[in-house]
Amino acid sequence: MKDESTLLEVKNLKTHFFLDEGTVKAVEGADLTIRRGGTLGVVGESGCGKSVMSYSILQLVESPGRIVAGQILFHRQLKCNGQSQMMDVIDLAALAPNSRAMRDIRGEEIAMIFQEPMTSLSPVHTIGNQIEEVITLHRRVDHATARRQAVDMLRRVGIPKPEERVDAYPFQLSGGMRQRAMIAMALACHPSLLIADEPTTALDVTTQAQILELIQELQRDLGMAVMLITHNLGMVAEICEEIVVMYLGEVVERADVFSLFREPLHPYTRALLRSIPRLGQIKQGRLDPIQGAVPDPYNRPVGCPFHPRCAQMMPGTCDRIHPELIERRDNRAVRCLLCEP
Amino acid sequence: MLQYILRRALLMIPTLIVTSLVAYIIIELPPGDFATSYVANLAAQGDMASQETARVIREQYGLDQPATVRYLKWMQGILTQGNFGIAFELRQPVSSFIWERVWLTLALSLGSILITWALAFPIGIYSAVKQYSIGDYFFTFLGFIGIAVPGFLLALVLMYVQFKYLGQTSGGLFSSEFLTAPWSWDKVLDLLQHIWLPVIILAVGGTAELIRIMRANLLDELRKPYVITARAKGLPEWRVLLKYPVRLALNPFVSTIGWTLPFLVSGSIILSVVMNLPTTGPMLLRALQVQDMYLAGALILILSVLTIIGTLLSDILLAWLDPRIRYQ
Repeated sequence: MKDESTLLEVKNLKTHFFLDEGTVKAVEGADLTIRRGGTLGVVGESGCGKSVMSYSILQLVESPGRIVAGQILFHRQLKCNGQSQMMDVIDLAALAPNSRAMRDIRGEEIAMIFQEPMTSLSPVHTIGNQIEEVITLHRRVDHATARRQAVDMLRRVGIPKPEERVDAYPFQLSGGMRQRAMIAMALACHPSLLIADEPTTALDVTTQAQILELIQELQRDLGMAVMLITHNLGMVAEICEEIVVMYLGEVVERADVFSLFREPLHPYTRALLRSIPRLGQIKQGRLDPIQGAVPDPYNRPVGCPFHPRCAQMMPGTCDRIHPELIERRDNRAVRCLLCEP
Repeated sequence: MLQYILRRALLMIPTLIVTSLVAYIIIELPPGDFATSYVANLAAQGDMASQETARVIREQYGLDQPATVRYLKWMQGILTQGNFGIAFELRQPVSSFIWERVWLTLALSLGSILITWALAFPIGIYSAVKQYSIGDYFFTFLGFIGIAVPGFLLALVLMYVQFKYLGQTSGGLFSSEFLTAPWSWDKVLDLLQHIWLPVIILAVGGTAELIRIMRANLLDELRKPYVITARAKGLPEWRVLLKYPVRLALNPFVSTIGWTLPFLVSGSIILSVVMNLPTTGPMLLRALQVQDMYLAGALILILSVLTIIGTLLSDILLAWLDPRIRYQ
């Protein structure tokens, strides 16, 4: 998949947290690729490292967390005189978190929206002020232009009366409107990648659907790629083209959305899919949850991290050998000893 | 915003009336009056003073009238002529000598507040941002010492140092030649030469405390998601810090401006006695001891009014800083 269309490649990323109690390997081998304009879903249980992985891409992991290994290759398109397009590959993992180069990427090339639209916006600044800030930071425009662009952006994300709402404070807006404002802020500089970290978790179900539609619509209009982090498989099925499944900081399976739902390879993916409630399933009674809980982060299981909860565990093998992520010919990848040739 | 200020200012009026009542009740509360304590004082010095003397004094100062009448007369004098009544002990109108002490107390308080803030804000921010660094531990150590050492002890030590090594006599706010002199530029300069020591001593305790508060507030704010949002925009770290978490960490500070003043006034009494400072603290103490009721009442009233004004200012400032308050 190394062609012109590649936007971001994460290779064997490891982000660890060095705490007094020990080292938490929050991300322990994440590999993924995002195409220009593509949509990638990252799914997994709480604590599987999907958020930390996305924070790592923007170098937003705070001390005592640190990226300890791996590469994050961002293929930046440089527009020279509007005609020839040069590609510049930057390894974000090698940049210092507060370096100029990293800050130029944030907000301008890669933007992020978060779970809680209330607490993710400053309560004491107007949303206009917060949107204008990112515009004046990355574009050489005066205040009036930035304000006009902010109003345009608010209109684009479907906020009614944007000329008035631009001066509103976050607490004067509803949850859905706040998330729209957040999206307007993230997209103000037309980034080539939007990372959405569970963008609808804090919203009610009807608003969730609206926000998802909005993201899809803006993605089509602006041609940006979207990385959607979620534990909601239904959401992933709806808008993503490719899916990465994470377990305990590792990518355990990667596939296009159709193959993954039709033929899940990893036992964990199968267990995840079995645990989704379906209409018409009520008669059979209870849902089928995954056995056990996510292991203690300080004591990762030896061998395959999923073996203590795996129904198909092979004693003597799975609890000894740590499987590698195997690339298959059909452009899928899986990390399981059962699937090794 | 204007409406908010107006509403707040109007609300001050009933508060002021209640405050004056409470001030009056407080000075009326102790048993006896100036006449009894005057006679008792004379008796303690061996003079035989009769009940007749006490009666004459009571009549002279109107102490034989009912309390409500005296309160109304007192308030009438204050409101119409700025007359706070007579200070019994000095046999002078209270307003003739009280204001100089009030202004000096205010100057002392404001000076120490400004120094406190100038030191505490940057150090508190540094301590929070570099939590558990050597610098943070250093300032934490200094801070605990600052909180633990009483102001008067620090004053004694510094006065000794000033006398022994700088050869300056200390104590008081003026050199002897300016003590009774009318106000002039020279007197102001002389004041500035003396006032820095008590200002610093007063600031030490407050600074130490404020560093801890600022550090705790900012640590709370630094963990809020909007800080990550600001970083994700690509802002440089210092702009992230100053625009977002520091701004929100200021709120608790601003709301305490109002009662910094009475705290400094009551907290500085011992210091004022030790350093012989002509502030309101020692005067209030003396007035309460001899039941010089109009003087004590005037001091309590003025300090209360200043506190209420301070609270109003901090409320307005808070509303200006935080839209969540302004729009409710």
